[in-house]
Amino acid sequence: MNVHEYQAKEVLREFGIAVPEGRVATTPAEAEDAARALGTGVVVVKAQVHAGGRGKAGGVKLAKSPAEAKEVASEILGMTLHTPQTPPEGKLVRKVYVEAGSEIADELYLAVVVDRAAEKLAVIASTEGGMEIEEVAEKTPEKIVTETVDGNIGIQAYQIRKIGFALGLGFEQVKQLDGLLGGLFRLFNEKDASIAEINPLVITKGGDLVALDAKINFDDNALYRHEDIAKLRDPDEEDERERAAHEIDLAYVGLDGNIGCMVNGAGLAMATLDMIQFCGGSPANFLDAGGGADKEKVKEAFKLILRDENVKAILVNIFGGIVRCDLIAEGVVAAAEELGVEVPLVVRLQGTKAPEGRAILAESDLNITPAETLQEAGERAVAAVAGGA
Amino acid sequence: MSILCDENTRLLVQGLGRMGQFHANLSLEYGTRVVGGVAPGKGGQEIGGLPVFDTVTQATKATGANASVIFVPPPGAADAILEAADAGLDLAVCITEGIPTLDMLRAKSALAGCSMRLVGPNCPGVVTPEQCRIGIMPAQITRPGPVGVVSRSGTLTYEAVDQLSRLGIGQSTCLGIGGDQIIGTTFVDALALFEADPETKAVVMIGEIGGSAEETAAEFVQSEMKTPVVAFIAGQNAPPGKRMGHAGAIIAGGKGRASDKIAALEAAGVAVSPSPATIGKTLAEHVPSLAS
Repeated sequence: MNVHEYQAKEVLREFGIAVPEGRVATTPAEAEDAARALGTGVVVVKAQVHAGGRGKAGGVKLAKSPAEAKEVASEILGMTLHTPQTPPEGKLVRKVYVEAGSEIADELYLAVVVDRAAEKLAVIASTEGGMEIEEVAEKTPEKIVTETVDGNIGIQAYQIRKIGFALGLGFEQVKQLDGLLGGLFRLFNEKDASIAEINPLVITKGGDLVALDAKINFDDNALYRHEDIAKLRDPDEEDERERAAHEIDLAYVGLDGNIGCMVNGAGLAMATLDMIQFCGGSPANFLDAGGGADKEKVKEAFKLILRDENVKAILVNIFGGIVRCDLIAEGVVAAAEELGVEVPLVVRLQGTKAPEGRAILAESDLNITPAETLQEAGERAVAAVAGGA
Repeated sequence: MSILCDENTRLLVQGLGRMGQFHANLSLEYGTRVVGGVAPGKGGQEIGGLPVFDTVTQATKATGANASVIFVPPPGAADAILEAADAGLDLAVCITEGIPTLDMLRAKSALAGCSMRLVGPNCPGVVTPEQCRIGIMPAQITRPGPVGVVSRSGTLTYEAVDQLSRLGIGQSTCLGIGGDQIIGTTFVDALALFEADPETKAVVMIGEIGGSAEETAAEFVQSEMKTPVVAFIAGQNAPPGKRMGHAGAIIAGGKGRASDKIAALEAAGVAVSPSPATIGKTLAEHVPSLAS
């Protein structure tokens, strides 16, 4: 789960990491009040959306007075931000964060991530703060320092010294980094983060390390034990259909094609999208109905697929292991009748109770095209769309 | 021959909820020697015909078990894995989906240097046809034979096995290693086991987008394997930055793309099936001696 910058900074503060003072505002007047309350003269007004690259897109602006803070907030609030990380339609800005300006001497990059290949945690640090780390990795990989950390032992003081001195920090700042990275690891472990990135981590003119921007992702699988973090979820930032799917325990990702897909299992669902494209078609969605798919769930899945107006045909591809094909077939029939499905349906049932499932479909009055193999399923779904066009 | 499990495997079931009981029963029907269950607080009872114990250690002492299948819900699953290791079992297969990543990171680190092999979590399990079924796979689609199957996905494993069986090509062992970021047995581990098994004459490997396990596997195939390998990579058309169901299946920062994985595998001499529908056919063409 992703959170806003201002929320990430609250969590950093909780773990003793220095961040600039700031306040959230949802109206220009609130932004003006926030700037006045901060009392620092210069403030930064920052769009709060779940995407990086906000500065270049015009979502981050300086203001030298409360009146100017109001003015720039009125420009940013309500704008649709387009950055390399936003979806094609952009993201509407509903909140800004008004933050005290910092006197910056230098900018660094610092992150803690899960290193899948090493099966450990890793610190990634760089002297190139303020840039995308992927870009640094590509152009100047020698400027990146990494240190892997055992999940049970935790980061050691010598590792922090290695990182600090490699970044060219003075001894006083290395001592500060020790406190900061210690806090960041405690945060990571205690709150089940999956990425904690501070970019830039600035060195102020006074020589202090301050987190100027922060991005923290939390492990969805661990939210059950972090009520405080789960509360930070912002439904406005999530794709509406993906959220609806999540609520009924389906995995759904919207795509831009016209063949709706319902599959059991993530791997087979991905392969089904591949199959459709291999046959010259274009899938409208990824949908994994999961292991517990039954009649009710099939109906909900159909509703979700049909909310996409681009859908011109639906392909159901089920390989029953735990899932029983007869129950899926009942669900397909019920959904098609109750929802009045008008687009062509191609259904492939294999595995547990598949013959029974196919019989149920054949006995219904619905216009369902059966398919035996994955190849047939793909071909018939693509043909169904072509025939209906 | 086979890898990981055979007719001598004596299996415990950790977690006897609805799913644990259901699949313990299917495994028994398949002929697997399921010898007991573990459910804390229910020791001494009998559930679904199985003797139940409070701890894995008690169960192992009483039944001579050497393997365990874990259905314990996510909050207690990592603990269940470590309990199996502590009891001295040779193999634990964890089916549980949704274990917090840091729990698995710590458990994996704690398992280093321990002799137990972990398969999963978030996997469909292991089947050695006509001998042993551990987990949730529909074992009826398998048939005994010379091809090892290893996959990150569940249902796509079934698809591949089904394609092989329909072509009359049987399997030595079918194994799902799981779709999570941190897993016990990796592709490389599984490939090494198949390479060492004299009865496995070819391997089908099914990967997907995300991470770099397929690239690492390609290096292993090139440097360490004589057994021919055929592969398929799912998610060739997945959009970047979206989690495609599995926690591990996400293309991040330009890494984990299907095209890179396919290129690495092909460079290592692996025959990669272009379509998910031609996995069996690709094997039959690449290793003609196996096609009947």
